[in-house]
Amino acid sequence: MALDPKIPEGPLADKWTNYKNHIDLVNPANKRNIDVIVIGTGLAGGSAAATLAELGYNVKAFCFQDSPRRAHSIAAQGGINAAKNYQGDGDSVYRLFYDTVKGGDYRSREANVYRLAEVSSNIIDQCVAQGVPFAREYGGYLDNRSFGGVLVSRTFYAAGQTGQQLLLGAYSAMNRQIGRGKIKMYNRHEMLDVVVVGGKARGIIARNLVTGEIERHSAHAVVLGSGGYGNVFFLSTNAMGSNVTAAWKAHKRGAFFANPCYTQIHPTCIPVSGDHQSKLTLMSESLRNDGRIWVPKNMDDVKAIREGNLKPTAIPEENRDYYLERRYPAFGNLVPRDVASRAAKERCDEGYGVNKTGEAVYLDFAAAFQRYGKERAHVRGLDENDAALVKRLGQEVIKEKYGNLFQMYEKIVDQNPYETPMMIYPAVHYTMGGLWVDYNLMTNIPGLYSIGEANFSDHGANRLGASALMQGLADGYFVLPYTIGDYLSKDIRTGKIPTDSPEFDQAEKNVKENLDHLINNNGSHSVDYFHKKLGKIMWNKCGMARNAEGLREAIVQISELRKEFWKDVRVPGTQNELNEELAKAMRVADFLELGELFAKDALQREESAGGHFREEHQTAEGEALRSPEFQFVSAWEYQGEPKDAILHKEELEYENIEVKERSYK
Amino acid sequence: MSGIFNSSIGRKFAMALSAFFLMIFLLQHFAINILSVFSPEAFNNTSHFMGTFWIVQYIFQPILILGVIFHFVMGMVLEVRNRNARKIAYAKNNGNANSTWMSRNMIYTGGAILLFLGLHFYDFWLPEINTKYIQGDMSGLLPDGNYRYFEELQHKFVDVWRVALYCLAFVFLSLHLLHGFSSAFQSVGANNKYTRGLKGFGKAYAIIIPLGFIFIALYHHFNY
Amino acid sequence: MKLTLKIWRQKNADTKGKLVDYQIDGIDGDMSFLEMLDVLNGQLINKGEEPVAFDHDCREGICGSCSLFINGEAHGPDRLVTTCQLHMRMFKDGDTIHIEPFRATAFPVIKDLVVDRGSFDRVQHAGGFISVNTSGKTVDANTIPVNKHDADMSFMAATCIGCGACVASCKNSSAMLFVSAKVSQFALLPQGKIEATERVLNMVKQMDEEGFGNCTNTGACEVECPKGISLENIARMNREYLSATFKG
Repeated sequence: MALDPKIPEGPLADKWTNYKNHIDLVNPANKRNIDVIVIGTGLAGGSAAATLAELGYNVKAFCFQDSPRRAHSIAAQGGINAAKNYQGDGDSVYRLFYDTVKGGDYRSREANVYRLAEVSSNIIDQCVAQGVPFAREYGGYLDNRSFGGVLVSRTFYAAGQTGQQLLLGAYSAMNRQIGRGKIKMYNRHEMLDVVVVGGKARGIIARNLVTGEIERHSAHAVVLGSGGYGNVFFLSTNAMGSNVTAAWKAHKRGAFFANPCYTQIHPTCIPVSGDHQSKLTLMSESLRNDGRIWVPKNMDDVKAIREGNLKPTAIPEENRDYYLERRYPAFGNLVPRDVASRAAKERCDEGYGVNKTGEAVYLDFAAAFQRYGKERAHVRGLDENDAALVKRLGQEVIKEKYGNLFQMYEKIVDQNPYETPMMIYPAVHYTMGGLWVDYNLMTNIPGLYSIGEANFSDHGANRLGASALMQGLADGYFVLPYTIGDYLSKDIRTGKIPTDSPEFDQAEKNVKENLDHLINNNGSHSVDYFHKKLGKIMWNKCGMARNAEGLREAIVQISELRKEFWKDVRVPGTQNELNEELAKAMRVADFLELGELFAKDALQREESAGGHFREEHQTAEGEALRSPEFQFVSAWEYQGEPKDAILHKEELEYENIEVKERSYK
Repeated sequence: MSGIFNSSIGRKFAMALSAFFLMIFLLQHFAINILSVFSPEAFNNTSHFMGTFWIVQYIFQPILILGVIFHFVMGMVLEVRNRNARKIAYAKNNGNANSTWMSRNMIYTGGAILLFLGLHFYDFWLPEINTKYIQGDMSGLLPDGNYRYFEELQHKFVDVWRVALYCLAFVFLSLHLLHGFSSAFQSVGANNKYTRGLKGFGKAYAIIIPLGFIFIALYHHFNY
Repeated sequence: MKLTLKIWRQKNADTKGKLVDYQIDGIDGDMSFLEMLDVLNGQLINKGEEPVAFDHDCREGICGSCSLFINGEAHGPDRLVTTCQLHMRMFKDGDTIHIEPFRATAFPVIKDLVVDRGSFDRVQHAGGFISVNTSGKTVDANTIPVNKHDADMSFMAATCIGCGACVASCKNSSAMLFVSAKVSQFALLPQGKIEATERVLNMVKQMDEEGFGNCTNTGACEVECPKGISLENIARMNREYLSATFKG
């Protein structure tokens, strides 16, 4: 089967406009007769649900949390990019497009990325109109900050809680439609299968997580905004409930899964403290605007620090290795995430890690305290040479910018980051891979759409900071509402989709069988036991650096673990009640399949690109070595066992950007 | 407008308004009483004026009584509603960690003040009504031709138990005001740069006024 | 550390619950409170017992899922943290810890420590938004400058995570802090002022219908709020409401 991305004809800059001018529309009276299901209520799902309801469709929205406001987009910290060029520093739609394609290591689809850059500035207008309280300057205008991998300041933010504010904006738009009855909200519901009737996605099977009831819901189209699958690593910055189930079930029903191996390991997270750990906490990339990353130059100092005999603040400047500034002078501490993470791993692998486990580097704000402190002292007419005063003023400024992050750090680590440098280490954060979609954001199953992190389309092999929020909202507010209309315009005479068809029967039976099996299994290990084991395999063999041997082992080990899981997992309680273990078991079952495909994809991709680093493919300096033969999207077709999946390739063509070595030196 | 008594915010606004009224009355009451310490004559004159001036007697007095009743009834209504808002109590609730005892026990301090008001009415108001409106003696004079007010006041504070009860009631009043004063301002929406100052003033008011009343009671007890 | 836990267990909304004692050992100060409960649940599962149900998701203090009334305080004894950020170093070896659900008539218990906070959502449906379509065809974001102080205050109000600690801590189970945070966020911004009257009237009406209690200004909500939402917001909502009411 050939993959058709359905990219519109014409020059890059006109594609989206031309497309919109020529699609079919649904008249308002007909929209009232069309149902759309939206899975997930994060930035993508929430904004899509609100917009589709505004347009007049009947929307049923589902989330597993107790309220749509709790979707994990809420945890995004640093900001959202938009090509507004309010700073007059040379930004433009093209530059945002260019940065994103380059940042993605030339593994994303040109037309999609350009469209993303094009609608980015509408997002800011929209959010401000909705009452999102972005940070402002004293003149009352919007403020910007910088993020990794770019040379302009185009990131809009609301302290370290940008995701929260944007999500609450989308949630408020949803609330308006829920109040009007145009969105029917299903909280604490989990989608457990997609129902395909006559080759088209026509509904879902969902489980009410409070009563355990299995429900059938039909619609003319199904939209998955169910997020990423970082939790396949067990430890990640994702929420505990974040899962791949919706996307994976779609995959099992025929939707291709693209680039599963592209995973973003975020460089600035709080290091693992022990075996009890249930999740990792991100420290926003925005901190790298002002923090400098270093490890000691001398092994003696490293040892002394680990033994607790030396404080990092006591190490003089000349004995510190600011390795990012050393290796990448042009971008310094603001290199993209994949580069920063690998550099941290390189130092720690060499033995320079600064905590007990040797897996941490410093993120130091001392220089920023000085810089900001002097500035503020100057503005207030105070003594710029009073060191204590300057430090205090500088800390004040940093507190205004990142106060919540510093507080979060202190609560978790029990150290005051204003007095001693933060310790950070990379952690799994975002997954660029996801369901394969065409330009319309539709999967290869007609009527099944995938938006936000759940699809693969815009970030290539590595996502730039502050681009996930942009993509989620762009997809939901401004892209999907057009493209889905074009599809639904052919469905105006279909009428209500019945839920008593054999396809619904079969899907429901399938779900029930799995639930029955798990609840009656009475094995000897908890769900977490298997999840942790899977996470260990993934982190060790499919983590920041991968090699063929390890990946082959991973495939075998995951497959064995999956068999053991189905044989030996123990799920307490019953089906007809709130049973978190059961919900978790269903999710982990899918992770155990996805993990294997992940490893297979990583094995197949004989190159290093973005978040995918194959040890066999690196330059003499240890940088990622891309291969032109792999300038394609790997889209996998399900065949029963993940290891038997069939690879389909979507070749990537770059007509408007020169593919070159990705250098941040 | 109908929202005023049917909504939670309306009710608390009404509570605050009646509180303001009562707090102003209290100040006025105190101002007259303290005269009894400095000048029995001024006290007598003012008392007679207040006791016979028709605006005070026929307009302010009923409003005051209604205000007290309203404040009390509304307080009870709120208490009942608030109890219904949590039908199962916590097994362990560490209220001291987040709020003052006074703020959590307004219903009890208020109830104590209400009981005191019963005594206070029995002591002063009922005899007053009896003399003026049942016996019809509006002169305010004793048989010896002097005003009776100071004399009556002194008599009341002879009994040590009564004085003790009065003092105790004023302690409750103080506790009630310690939360009530600033709470009333918050209820009407005043929370701004003056709030800190206002809170300080409220504390002072809540302590000084009841303390003043206690002083007056003790003064007359020991100076009779 | 070794701890005694007194945990509220309740099979479902229709059955009565009770406090059940559990002993737990080997708890490390670096664990979060929820990780401690994970350990307990792991042990319960291994013993063939039902694990304790509690809401949680992001585990970094922002989603507002986690709740728990710990030793008589919402989100436990620490300040400006949610339960997931509360660390066991706040407790001592041998401590007895009471763990109860957030209690309010408007937050019925679903199971064990899980409560239904749908009432918060319904208050938001009533008016927690600015009525603007998401077409993106609004004016440029910088057309209307917003005073930085107002923008910051609006942001501070908007950081509310909707966890319900305010209701749980309030002796009256009042939701005023939550509702006022949303009302304030919009009331402070020029784009939100336009429908301020309807918003505050509708949201307060819904709040009252949900069965929350009346605010008596004890200030417990502000102290226990993991995001430090200020009582000033309640005063602002009172003002907004009163002026909306008098306007008719």
